Amino acid sequence: MKQLVILSGKGGTGKTTVTAALAHLAAQDRRIVLADADVDAANLGLVLAPVTEETHDFTGGRIAVVDPAACVACGRCAEVCRFDAVRPGDIYAVDPIACEGCAACFYECPAEAIEMQPQRAGQWFVATTRYGPLYHAHLFAGQENSGKLVTLVKQMARLRAFDDEADLLLVDGPPGIGCPVIAALSGADLALIVTEPTVSGAHDLERALRLATHFNIPVAVLLNKSDLSPAQTAAITGYCTTHSIPLVGRLPYDPAVTDAMVRGEPVTAMAGPVADALREAWSMLQTTLFVLKPAEE
Amino acid sequence: MKLSIASGKGGTGKTTVAVSLALSLASAAVSPLFLDCDVEEPNAALFLRPEISARRDVGLLIPVVDMARCTACGRCAAVCEYHAITVIGKQVLIFPELCHGCGSCTRQCPERAIHEELNVMGSLEKGITGASAVEFFQGTLNVGEAMAVPVIRQLKAWAIPPDVDDRPVILDAPPGTSCPVVETMRGADAALLVTEPTPFGLHDLRVAVEVARDELSLPVAVVINRDGVGDDGVDAYCAAEGLPILLRIPLERAIAEGIAHGASLVDIRPEYQSKLAELWKAIAELQ
Repeated sequence: MKQLVILSGKGGTGKTTVTAALAHLAAQDRRIVLADADVDAANLGLVLAPVTEETHDFTGGRIAVVDPAACVACGRCAEVCRFDAVRPGDIYAVDPIACEGCAACFYECPAEAIEMQPQRAGQWFVATTRYGPLYHAHLFAGQENSGKLVTLVKQMARLRAFDDEADLLLVDGPPGIGCPVIAALSGADLALIVTEPTVSGAHDLERALRLATHFNIPVAVLLNKSDLSPAQTAAITGYCTTHSIPLVGRLPYDPAVTDAMVRGEPVTAMAGPVADALREAWSMLQTTLFVLKPAEE
Repeated sequence: MKLSIASGKGGTGKTTVAVSLALSLASAAVSPLFLDCDVEEPNAALFLRPEISARRDVGLLIPVVDMARCTACGRCAAVCEYHAITVIGKQVLIFPELCHGCGSCTRQCPERAIHEELNVMGSLEKGITGASAVEFFQGTLNVGEAMAVPVIRQLKAWAIPPDVDDRPVILDAPPGTSCPVVETMRGADAALLVTEPTPFGLHDLRVAVEVARDELSLPVAVVINRDGVGDDGVDAYCAAEGLPILLRIPLERAIAEGIAHGASLVDIRPEYQSKLAELWKAIAELQ
């Protein structure tokens, strides 16, 4: 079983559109499992019409809660809190949004007025789609531990992939380079980085590539909206050549992509230049994942 | 007023709006503060091109154990909620990437064998953008580091003086809705959410409204970017929720091409300068 993770660094470059299209293409002759590792803003389900089979609660970390009856308003909790989460007053209180759950106040409170309480921080789901099972999640607004939830979703999806003897675990990643992205990347056989020919796209691509390299994950690049700027396209193409990074495709800007999203379909369901380029990209990715042996050390 | 500019979905135009808003508000009399809080992928400098005048390392204070005093009692590991310190036999192992820098292990060590040292996770920079007099600040998380929140927290503490008063403060948020976005929005006076009129844009706008309006009780207004694509779901949602749509930026190839090359919206379409100044006034009235 191979694990392909779709990333971008910069948001909005087309990760989910590409993931949905690859799911459509891969499922034509392979058994696949899908995971949406963007737990803040999970969009893969909007294209794949999932039917939810299971719903589970995700308990994040614990947070501090002050018992008003026991609080002696000594202010020790505010002194030790480094997250600016304690609201002083006649009776002290902890801001549940700012609290990072470190329990420093719990250990220091002389009146033992603070309790650490587990938080229901989100939910995760198992669903069926026309291409294979989908594991996805929703982290409640403003919660911490998105990396932990991503790890959980991926772990469950991986187990399912082993049970189903699937060929491929396809993971739609979050934007950025921080904890949820690191969690999404872990264990990947290949990271496909979707970028666009803009100054921001090029800047963020470079950081995303460095992140993948940092964790020793092989990379490939897909250039979306490739006809937007010939100069930026040339710069990104040149960068990939210089650094020996395979560029597996260039998708032209095409309103058909948004139209497909509105219809809730992968862009490869209809013929067109974007669909053609994605088919070619998938064939190159398949070769990398399933045919080529990794280079000897 | 301190305004955070966020979106839920990435790539909707947060930085485009934030940069041009700062440029529109800047004048001989007013020097807005601009904070790029997307420390994982900071891009505003590509458009504002500030001259950087100061730089500093930031990170968290993490524990260092004096083994001469340590008795391997395990108290440090017992009080760590993040499993960032563990005791095996006579050895103490510290995992800096898990440590939140809360100081519990240091305070709780009965032998006072722990002190703290800065673990550098990123950097902060400040500067001024040329003639426009925008005071610019950005944080950058080092590649391979997981935690963005401490960098954002320290960026805000460094950039925003307590007596900021009436100076406009613009906070360009990262995408998403989890802790880095919340840290950016905390203490702001309002949130401006930039979206696009597509099913993805709508889905992620809803979650951004949950954070800004429902969790943080901020007044919220909306900008629709790439107006004309997709469907009318965002309009219907904003009408139903009573969210004011203060600006629409149409999908135009000339705008997209200009931004691809690092031009700002007000460079490409100067008429947005007055529209953005009006938008600022309209948000101030929402409070």
